[in-house]
Amino acid sequence: MPLMTEPNFKEFDRPVFREFSPGDDFYEALIAAHEGLSEAQSHEFNAKLVLFLSNHIGDLRVLREAFRLARESVTQP
Amino acid sequence: MLSTYSYPKFDYRRPAEIGGRAARQIVVVGAGPVGLATAIDLAQLGHSVLLLDDDNTVSVGSRGLCYAKRTLEILDRLGAGQHVMDKGVSWNVGRTFNGSDEVYSFNLSPEPDHERPGMINLQQYYLEEFLLKRANELTNLEIRWQNKVVAVDAHKTGSTITVETADGNYLLDVEWLIVGDGARSGIRRLLGLDIEGRVFQDRFLIADVVMKADFPAERWFWFDPPFHPNQSVLLHREADNVWRIDFQLGWDADPEEEKKPEKVIPRIRAMLGEQHAFDLEWVSVYTFQCRRMKNFRHERVFFVGDAAHQVSPFGARGANSGLQDADNLAWKLMLVINGSAPERLLDTYHEERSYAADENIMNSTRSTDFITPKSAVSKLFRNSVLDLARQHRFARALVNSGRLSVPSFLYHSSLNTPDQEQFSGKMIPGAPMEDAPMVSEGKPGWLLRHIGNTFVLLVYADHQPIAADLIQELQDCRVRGLAVRLFVVAADAKLAAAVGTQARVLIDCKGRFKERYDAVHGTAYLVRPDQHVAARWRTASRERLVAALARATCNSTIRSAPCH
Repeated sequence: MPLMTEPNFKEFDRPVFREFSPGDDFYEALIAAHEGLSEAQSHEFNAKLVLFLSNHIGDLRVLREAFRLARESVTQP
Repeated sequence: MLSTYSYPKFDYRRPAEIGGRAARQIVVVGAGPVGLATAIDLAQLGHSVLLLDDDNTVSVGSRGLCYAKRTLEILDRLGAGQHVMDKGVSWNVGRTFNGSDEVYSFNLSPEPDHERPGMINLQQYYLEEFLLKRANELTNLEIRWQNKVVAVDAHKTGSTITVETADGNYLLDVEWLIVGDGARSGIRRLLGLDIEGRVFQDRFLIADVVMKADFPAERWFWFDPPFHPNQSVLLHREADNVWRIDFQLGWDADPEEEKKPEKVIPRIRAMLGEQHAFDLEWVSVYTFQCRRMKNFRHERVFFVGDAAHQVSPFGARGANSGLQDADNLAWKLMLVINGSAPERLLDTYHEERSYAADENIMNSTRSTDFITPKSAVSKLFRNSVLDLARQHRFARALVNSGRLSVPSFLYHSSLNTPDQEQFSGKMIPGAPMEDAPMVSEGKPGWLLRHIGNTFVLLVYADHQPIAADLIQELQDCRVRGLAVRLFVVAADAKLAAAVGTQARVLIDCKGRFKERYDAVHGTAYLVRPDQHVAARWRTASRERLVAALARATCNSTIRSAPCH
């Protein structure tokens, strides 16, 4: 399966009435998960999060594609 | 500063009760959009209403601006929708920019065949003016200007209020008191009731400017634009060639300094460029909070609109949600006053509208947090989303510059009858009804224009008429004297003719009802006076209708029914 770049957030067993809701639920939870952390701690959190999610995805072709897209989008000085 | 609008002055008249005491069944306090809507709704339902306001004109300056589709549908029911449509600026497209590039656009009304557009922009004073025009047509609605409530004593069977005027005070014994006196509600304070929530440490500048510009009627939102770096800006068109510009200033900005024309004009010029001549109509600096009362009902006092709940302005969820409060409260109060429902039905006003308020607060807080990130990492994620949104659809969906007001699905309301059969689509019990084109008595029109003020039963007929004895049986159903208005929704005109005179008929001329309500032959929807779905079945019966109607009005005697 190729890397998914279409909107894909969902929560099973929870009805969705508005298209924006699952994405907003995710984003709020992500920011809340960082609450109270210093910048260095947030950096560490993000690294560990990438490790968890990468293992969950597992498919190296998908991961390499994600690394490539992320790298290409990084702001150049 | 220029003025495109001249504020009307309403006359104060000396009330006959000065120095004395009188009784009133229904008093509404506050002639803003929500108080007016509640008063009109109750008067239309046949009650005598007294509306008190401590001022003598409409809303002054820049306040509510965007009125959502659902609000227009409510205003249609109240008889003010078309005026708002005619004067307002209709729009569906919103564009979001990061720096100078567009990253995302949305269309609020992607579906065809709805009568009203996603959103209309109109200065609040016009909305109030149109509501007042309607209010003045109702002989059972009395408005008293410059009558201020200065004391309230609330108890189980009503309230005693002290009203202050230029000629002295008077007392009113009020059975049902509805409070729509705004965010700084005087009555809420007089009763010592709390309102709790979150204050946002940010300041915003509103500038309403008059200009002839060829920008389209769209909502433009900038994150970090070159003309106002590191802050957000919003541009909106209003009626009379007025444009609303909203600049984020940050918490440290000095509000008095920022309001000065010599400070404001260069900001706007930097944004619009030298080629657009403009005049300032209104400038103010505001902060906001997201908070709500613990209970919207206190004895026989009901809080509506900003008096009960406040949100950030992102998403236009203030006046829009307030109008839905009015829509929810009026029919319940009517049934209780008429003796068709027990008083505990009024507790469901708080149940349903506090749920909606929480949803509005959640959505507007999320928008605010996205627009004004509170930490370095939050800002990093925000900017990454904006950056990726140029190329990737998943990131576009996360860009949140305001999720514009849509009505709540009251899907766990205790008034709903849960589905017992399979349905697909969104019109679940508790859902706000979707519109559909309908032909009635040979004339094209809209479904929602036929729904409201009473309970309605819609029965869909596909390939054959509905059995006459079933229609009769359903029409004869009563719960404490309460009946339903029954419509047969016919798939085509030929079928409509076959239904004949046995019931009112609507023709689903474009098949949108069938599609949006997942209807097959015999499918029936029980809908509430506020156009929310109460129950639905594949086959209607007397027993089912009576049970659902009883449940939707708290008349259920079944012990397990969660009406309490």
